[in-house]
Amino acid sequence: MTNAEGSDLAPDGARVPAVELRQLRFGYRPGTPVLQIDSLIVPAGETVFLHGPSGSGKTTLLGIIAGVLKADRGEALVLGKDLTRLGGSDRDQLRGERLGYIFQMFNLIPYLSAFDNITLPCRMNPRRMKRLDGSLDSETRALARTLEIESLLDARPGELSVGQQQRVAAARALLGRPELVVADEPTSALDADRREAFLGLLFESCREAGATLLFVSHDRSLEGRFDRALSLPDVNRAPVAA
Amino acid sequence: MLTLDLARRSLRNRLLPSILTVLSIAFSVALLVGIENIRNGLRASFTGTISGTDLIVGPQAGSIQLLLYSVFGMGSPTGNISAEAYEHFQNHPAVAWTIPYALGDSHRGYRVIGTTQDFYEHFRYRGGTPLALAQGDRAREARDVVLGSEVAERLEYDLGERIVVTHGMGAPGIMDHDDMPFQVVGILERTGTPVDRALYMTLEGIDAMHEGWEDGVPPAPPSFAPGGEGSAEDDYYAAPPTPPSETDAHDHDHDHQHAEAQTPVGAQDPSDHAHDHGGTQITSFFLGTTSRFEMLSLQREINEYRGEPLMAIAPGIALAEMWRSVGYAEDGLKIVSFFVVIVGLLGMLVSLYTALDARRREMAIFRALGAGPRRIIGLLVVESGFLALMGAVIGVALVYGSILLFQGTVEARFGLLIPIRPLGSLEWLYLGAVVAAGFFLGLIPAAKAYRNTLTDGLSPRS
Ligand SMILES: Nc1ncnc2c1ncn2[C@@H]1O[C@H](COP(=O)(O)OP(=O)(O)O)[C@@H](O)[C@H]1O
Ligand SMILES: [Mg+2]
Repeated sequence: MTNAEGSDLAPDGARVPAVELRQLRFGYRPGTPVLQIDSLIVPAGETVFLHGPSGSGKTTLLGIIAGVLKADRGEALVLGKDLTRLGGSDRDQLRGERLGYIFQMFNLIPYLSAFDNITLPCRMNPRRMKRLDGSLDSETRALARTLEIESLLDARPGELSVGQQQRVAAARALLGRPELVVADEPTSALDADRREAFLGLLFESCREAGATLLFVSHDRSLEGRFDRALSLPDVNRAPVAA
Repeated sequence: MLTLDLARRSLRNRLLPSILTVLSIAFSVALLVGIENIRNGLRASFTGTISGTDLIVGPQAGSIQLLLYSVFGMGSPTGNISAEAYEHFQNHPAVAWTIPYALGDSHRGYRVIGTTQDFYEHFRYRGGTPLALAQGDRAREARDVVLGSEVAERLEYDLGERIVVTHGMGAPGIMDHDDMPFQVVGILERTGTPVDRALYMTLEGIDAMHEGWEDGVPPAPPSFAPGGEGSAEDDYYAAPPTPPSETDAHDHDHDHQHAEAQTPVGAQDPSDHAHDHGGTQITSFFLGTTSRFEMLSLQREINEYRGEPLMAIAPGIALAEMWRSVGYAEDGLKIVSFFVVIVGLLGMLVSLYTALDARRREMAIFRALGAGPRRIIGLLVVESGFLALMGAVIGVALVYGSILLFQGTVEARFGLLIPIRPLGSLEWLYLGAVVAAGFFLGLIPAAKAYRNTLTDGLSPRS
């Protein structure tokens, strides 16, 4: 269903995974490893649920996948590129162009309108801007319509509910058709009804954008709606810090 | 440009803290620049007490003393200059003009100075400003007196007022020249110099007033007709506290003793009055040379004058020397400036740093959206640099604005002219430090934001 680009195809014609970690080691301080992952694969085009208790290293792992943190050892292949071999600005470039990131909360720049928040990655990154099919304005409105925030585009984040803010954040992560969307517990600040609604809208827009979704949470109740579920403690051999 | 647009919006979003930060920087800049201007104004007004005069000539004594009594109206003349000596140098080919001064009398505590039209003609202060009359005319007749502006103001005298001059610097009383009242014919424009604190009359007036006062005491009745016969008794004298023995080479010791016996309690000791019979005597004179190149040789010539012991000082140099010797006042201001700089910079660092630190969450968001180090640094540096620059500009504008606004008031109130002047090197240094600190300060949180993770500002630990 996704019209994969050539670069996404492995030499044997199979689709390259969105994320592939091999023998990955990471610690904030030497001697206290946070992540020791021998193998972890997020297949392209799927919605993947990664769960683990608080402090198990979920955010840290997303930081490595997004290229904000750099692994100490091993390989971190993201969208076909080994981040451990890329320099800082190449990782920034890859993230800005081909990734979407949603935080747990406080996703938005407070002094920018919802519209300006959504379009910020495209305005910061010309290559992401080029990935738009139509104009910045029309694409933004289309996405906002899908996420049911079209009427809120002129509002400031402070004027929005938490659920609305998360949908604005989702729109921002998705504008410019990123190949991978990474969401760090984006629903944990929402109540159960909102959580379901948000997830539905997020799935729909990811499907429309053709994006792989890597969604982390400590809350396993959402697991069933994803194509695939992974447990971080199962793949992470590093001792969990108290 | 996106970075500038974002910085602008971010600043507008935090308008009040931004304004406060700018104001705190502006005030510290204004304080330093203000102190520097006052320091400069103090020196300028001190060294500008007299200008255009190449040499001040008086009887041989301390040069500071000569400067004090002839320029600042403080202390007493050290003796007299004979008419011959004065005329000799007045007609010297290297001398363009002279202003004679005869000191020794007072009016209600203000000095009375005998001089000539040359005073109004040639006296200059503060960068060559000539004297001007606010009202009336110069003193031309023996009974005319012209008031310095402060004298007129404090004593509330108008033109036509009749005043009595006191012999010496004492209080009005028995030593008054009450046989010869003077009439106010003019009031000088304010100069902000000691000129404002004296009264000016003609040498003839001084002569006539002292008719019969050769002993330094009032003439015995019946008193001589004032105005005199222009007799050979012309009498110039030097004034107060110098003991007679040191005063001059005149031989009137017995007279002085006599005078002392008569001195009423509370009155100025008239024996302080040195006087002489014989030609027009003055206590000092100012001179301008025909050419600056003549100054040194003329000075040497005066110092080596054989007729009587004289000395000549160059007021510019003497004033600068004197300023340096009382320079601890200036040093005090410099120390204050130094602490203003330290406190100002620290305050600026604190307010900028807290402003920037509060935005770590924002920076984490920018990072997640793919912003590279250049963008992050750009955002923070543009903001803090802009705040520092605004602070510096507003601070400087504040100072020059208030100088423009209050220059007149300060001059009128304190006699201190604070000139509009370009910024000095210390001020440029400080402004540079403020702006540079502003820019560099943005780098710290930028570097932090770049190194930190996406959890930044979200998780309780930092
Ligand atoms: N910036 C950081 N510096 C040092 N240690 C960190 C930092 N962020 C997280 N950690 C540590 O790494 C471990 C994993 O944290 P995190 O990835 O935030 O877990 P999760 O997102 O699953 O709650 C924890 O022990 C935490 O204390
Ligand atoms: Mg986390």
